[in-house]
Amino acid sequence: MNKFSWYEAKSLEDALQQVNSTVSEQLYEHSGKASVFKSGGVDVFDLVKEGLLKPEKIINIRNIPGLDKIGYDPKKGLSIGSNVTLAEMASNPDIKTNYLALHQAVNHAATPQLRNMSTLGGNIAQRNRCWYFRSADHECFRKGGDRCFARHSDTGENENHAIIDNGSCVSVHASSIATALMAFNASVVIVNEEGEKKEVHMDDFFVTAGKDIAKENILQAKEIITEIILPAPSKNTKSAYIKQVARESYDWSLGDVAVVLEVSGDTCRTASIVLGAAAPVPYRSLEAQQAIEKKTINSENALAAAEAAMSKARPLTKNGYKVPLFITTIKQAILEIS
Amino acid sequence: MDTRKEKFPHGIPGHNLTEIEREIPIEEPPVWPVNDELKVIGKRVTRIDALEKVTGKAKYTSDIKLPGMLYAKMLRSNVPHAVITSIDISKAESLPGVHAIHLIENVRKEGEENNNGKYPMVKYAGQPLGGVAAESLEIAKDAISLIKVNYEEKPFVIDIEAAMELNAPIVFDEPITQQEDGGDVGETHDGSKGEGNVRGPSTSSFFGGPRGDLEEGFKEADVIVERTYRTQVHTHMPLETHGVVVDWNPDHMMVYASTQNTNAVRNEMASIFNLPKSKVRVFCDFMGGGFGAKHSAGSFGPMAANLAKKTGRPVWLMLDRQEEHIAEGNRPNSIQSLKIGARKDGTLTAIQQRSHGTAGVNLGAGVGRIAQILYPCPNFATEQYDVLTNAGPGAAWRAPGNVQGAFGLEQAIDELAEKLEIDPLKYRDLIDKSEVRKVERQRGAKLFDWSRRQAAGSGKGVVKKGLGVGQSTWPRFVTLDSSVEVKIHNDGGVEIRSSVQDIGTGTKTILAQVVAEELGLPVAAITVNIGDTFFPVGPGSGGSVVTGSITPPARNATYEAKKALLKLVAKKWETDSSELFIEDGQVGSKKDAGLKMPFKEATKLMRTSQISKIASRSNDYGGFQQPWGLAYGDLGSVQFAEVSVNTDTGFVRVDKIVAAHSCGRPLNLGQLESQINGGVIQGVSYALYENRVMDNGTGHMMNANVDQYKVPFSMEIPEIETLIVEEYGARSSTDAYGIGEPANIATAAAIANAVYNAIGVRIYEIPITPSSILKALNKVS
Repeated sequence: MNKFSWYEAKSLEDALQQVNSTVSEQLYEHSGKASVFKSGGVDVFDLVKEGLLKPEKIINIRNIPGLDKIGYDPKKGLSIGSNVTLAEMASNPDIKTNYLALHQAVNHAATPQLRNMSTLGGNIAQRNRCWYFRSADHECFRKGGDRCFARHSDTGENENHAIIDNGSCVSVHASSIATALMAFNASVVIVNEEGEKKEVHMDDFFVTAGKDIAKENILQAKEIITEIILPAPSKNTKSAYIKQVARESYDWSLGDVAVVLEVSGDTCRTASIVLGAAAPVPYRSLEAQQAIEKKTINSENALAAAEAAMSKARPLTKNGYKVPLFITTIKQAILEIS
Repeated sequence: MDTRKEKFPHGIPGHNLTEIEREIPIEEPPVWPVNDELKVIGKRVTRIDALEKVTGKAKYTSDIKLPGMLYAKMLRSNVPHAVITSIDISKAESLPGVHAIHLIENVRKEGEENNNGKYPMVKYAGQPLGGVAAESLEIAKDAISLIKVNYEEKPFVIDIEAAMELNAPIVFDEPITQQEDGGDVGETHDGSKGEGNVRGPSTSSFFGGPRGDLEEGFKEADVIVERTYRTQVHTHMPLETHGVVVDWNPDHMMVYASTQNTNAVRNEMASIFNLPKSKVRVFCDFMGGGFGAKHSAGSFGPMAANLAKKTGRPVWLMLDRQEEHIAEGNRPNSIQSLKIGARKDGTLTAIQQRSHGTAGVNLGAGVGRIAQILYPCPNFATEQYDVLTNAGPGAAWRAPGNVQGAFGLEQAIDELAEKLEIDPLKYRDLIDKSEVRKVERQRGAKLFDWSRRQAAGSGKGVVKKGLGVGQSTWPRFVTLDSSVEVKIHNDGGVEIRSSVQDIGTGTKTILAQVVAEELGLPVAAITVNIGDTFFPVGPGSGGSVVTGSITPPARNATYEAKKALLKLVAKKWETDSSELFIEDGQVGSKKDAGLKMPFKEATKLMRTSQISKIASRSNDYGGFQQPWGLAYGDLGSVQFAEVSVNTDTGFVRVDKIVAAHSCGRPLNLGQLESQINGGVIQGVSYALYENRVMDNGTGHMMNANVDQYKVPFSMEIPEIETLIVEEYGARSSTDAYGIGEPANIATAAAIANAVYNAIGVRIYEIPITPSSILKALNKVS
C-alpha cells in the first residue's frame, strides 16, 4: 500500500472539485497524481492493498450528507441513496415487500461484516474479481496490457469467468446486486461538477468490454452517483433471485439470476430476466424474456426460456458447467414466481 | 535394571477389556485404572488457556513488541525460473527509515570457484531473495518495492504431467543428493535417482518393502479393480502465518517463533549461526496452527537473525497471507494408480500402487503407507515418484501422503466391495484385521444409521442423498527424546516445564491434567510453562507424537516429586511414605484416616524452596515395534459421510460426518472432539473446496488469498459427531496417544464414496466441484 492523503468531502460540490480521476482510469493508465473517490472503501482499499491502485489522495465521500436515505412511494417507486449500506437495504421492509428479488440479492451478498461497510454506490461501481485482473503480476487488457490471460486456450484459469460476450475480457461483473437492480429496470442518478443530474438506465450504465476495455461503467472522473431509483411495481409484479456459489457463507457468484415478471393469473405478460456472473456486465437475456412472455408459467416454458438464454453461451475451457448451472437456475427462478 | 510386575487394563471397554501383566522398570508409577476410575483424566476439562485465547490476551508471536524493534519484509522473486544477474538496492537503502538490507547469496566453500553465480537460482515465483528491516512494516514494504532485481529468465514448468515429459524444462540441473523428508514421517525420498524432473521411486517404508509376487496375486484374483485417482495441491492456511521475532543479545539469541518445534528451530539457528545450542533460546507460548508446515526456521528465521545482527536491534518478521500460500508449504498433489485383486470370497490377493506427485521444488510427494498396511495382503508393491516443478515447496501436512493415499485406496476398496456384491462396511469387517476399527465400525454404523444406505444412484429427485465410509490408520509414533521438569514450590505451587509447544490442540491442558491427577490436585493448581528451549527438550508437534511422548514423562516426573514430598510428610508423621497418598488437595494415610495435611502445608516441610524432578520418555512397556519409537497398535479410525448432491447444479453438500476414532487412553474428551472436528473440516475442505490454482503460462499462484482460495466457513461445515473408543494397550504410564493426524485422513475418501452412493457415478478427482459432478453426469460437453 502506498502513502496517500485523505480528504473528507463535506458536500457533493466539494468532492467533485477535489476529484481528478476514476479508479478505472488509474488502473488502466497508472498516471499517478490521482485523487479518487472512496465510499465504503471495500473495493478501493482492496485495490490499494493489492498494489494495483496507487492514489495520491483519497476523497472520502462516505460522510456527504443526504446520500444515505431509502425512500419508497407506491406511485413513484424506490429511491436508494448511494451511501446507503447493503445492511440497511437488507433490513428495509419496503424493499422486502415490493422488490423481493433485490432483497434476496442483498441478503446473499458478501458477509454481514462487509454488508455493514459496503454502500450501494460503491457496490455497483466496483471492479471485477478476475484473479488475473487482481494480480499485480499480470498486465491484462483491462490494465493496459496486451492480453487476456484467463481466455488463453492452454493456460487460462477461467472456471469463474464469462460464458457470454467473452470476446476480449472474460471477467464477470462483481456486483450480484446489480443483477437484481437491472431486472427491476433501475436507473442510476449521476451528478456532475456543474451540478447537472442525469438519470441513466441500468442497462446503459454498464460498459461492455468490447465497447471500452478500460472501464466497466460510464462514470467519468467528475461524476458521482447520488441515488439509484427503481420504478414502482404493479400489483401483478413478482420477482425472484437465485445466486449459485461454491460456499454459502461467503462467496462470489458463479451464476446468479434475477427474474421480474408481470403476471396475469399463471401467464407471464412481461418479463425482465438478468444474469449475473455470465458476462463482463450484468446481462439482460432478451431471448429468455421473449421465450416466457405471453406464456403460461410452467416447467416446460421455464426450461425453454432458460435454454433460450443459453443459446448465446460460448463457454471457455473450464467453465462449461455454467451452462447447465444457468439453465437450472433460470428455470428455478421463473418457477419460484408461479 | 530392577523391574516389577503389574497388571494393566488391556483392550476396549464394552468389547474385550481384560488385564495384562507387564514387567516394568521399578521406578515407574503405579498403574492407572481405566478412565472411569480417574478424577480428571479422560474428562471434559476446560482448556486452561481458554480465557486468554478468547479474550485476546494470549500473546502470539506477531504480538511480540520489544524496545527498539524493527520490522522486516522479505524480497521475493516474481518470476518462476531465472538466473539473477544483478540486484540493485541503492534506492531502497537510501529510503528514510530503512536500517538494513540482507540478500541471500550462494555460500562459497573455502578454495572453491563460485560457478553458481552470486545469488541462488530462482526456481519458483515467490522464492525468498532477501529482506529489509525498517522502522515500520510500511517502510519495509516500500523499500522492497524499490529493490530492482534483474533476471535472465529461463523456461519453466508448473503442471505435473508437463514436467514428466522428457523435453520439459529442467527444474534442477544440479543433482539433488539430499534425502529430504519433505512430508512423510519416517519416510526418505531419494533425490539422486531418476531422470528429468522425475525422482525415485520410493518403494518401501518402515513397514518394509514389496511383499510376495504381484503377478501370482493377480492370477489368483477373481475380481480386479484398477483406477487412477487425482488429488490437488492443498496449502496449509494456518490462521497465524509463519514468522519470528529475533532479539540477538550479546549473551544469547532469543527467538520468538510461531513454530510446532521449538527444539528444531533452536538447533537450526545454532547450526546456521555457529552458536552453541545453549546460547539460542526459542520461545513459543501461543501458536496459531501449523498443520505440519512449521517444523523449521525456514528462510525467514535466519533472515530475521541476519537483520538483527546487522542492526543490533530486535527484528520482527511475520509473513503475509500471500507469502504463506506461495512459499511456506503445501500438501503435494498426486496422480495415483491402484490395482487391487480379490478372490470371490473377498480375500485380497494383490495390491499394486504407482504414484506421481509434485512438492514443487521439494521432494516428499508420496502417497504414504496406507495401501501397504491398512488391509493385510500377501502381494504388495508401490512405486512412488516425486516430480519437480517450478512451484513453492511442499511440506508435511497433517498425515503426509496418507491423506492422498486414503482417497485412492478407500474408493478402490468400495468399488471392489460393489463388484463382490458385499456391503462396503461388511467387506471391511472381512478384510480389516484391526480390532479397534471393528468396534469403530460397529458403534459408528449404529450412531450414523448405516442401515439407511440405498443402492448407488437409486435416489429419486434432483437432490440425491448418499452415504459412504472411509477408514484410516496412523502409527503410534513416540519421540523418546522427550523430557519435562516438574517443580513443587514451597508455597504450594506446582509447575511443569518443557520445550514442547502447544500447537493449539491443548497440550498445556493435558499436561496440567496429568500432573493434577497424579498429585490429587485440581487442574487449576498446576502452572504449565512450556514452549521454551531453556526447559527440558520436548517433541515436535508432528506425527501425532506429542501426547504419547510427553505425558508419560510428565506423570513420571510428578510421581518422583510426589514421592519426595511424601517422604517429608512421612518423617513428620513418623510413618512410611508408601502408606501416604494425596487426594482432593490433602495428604492422607491409608493406615490412619485421622491423619490429614493440606498439600500447601506439606510443601512447607521442604528444606529447600522447591522439589525439582526431571524425567524423560521411558521405553514402551512390552517393547517397541521398531526400536526408535514406533509403538505397537495403530491409531485407527472410521469415518462415515452423508452427502446431498444436486444433480442439476452439481453442488455437493456434506450433511453429516460421524468420526469414530481411538487414541489409546483418551485424556480430554472435549479437546479430542475439538481436534477431530478440525480434522474433519479440513477433510471436507480437501474433498470439495481448497485447490491451489497456478497459471501454467506465468508460473504464478492465482488464488494466494482467503477470498479465492476456498476454505469452508460456518455454513459449509457439516454436523460432526465424534465417537471416541477407549483402547488400553498398557504401553506407558499414561497409555495415551495423539489424534492430530488420524482425524484428517479418511474424510475425503468417505465423502467421495458417499457421492458415488448418491449419484451412481464415481468421481476420481478432488476437489469435487459442480463442474466435475456435471461432467460425470454427462451434463457438460
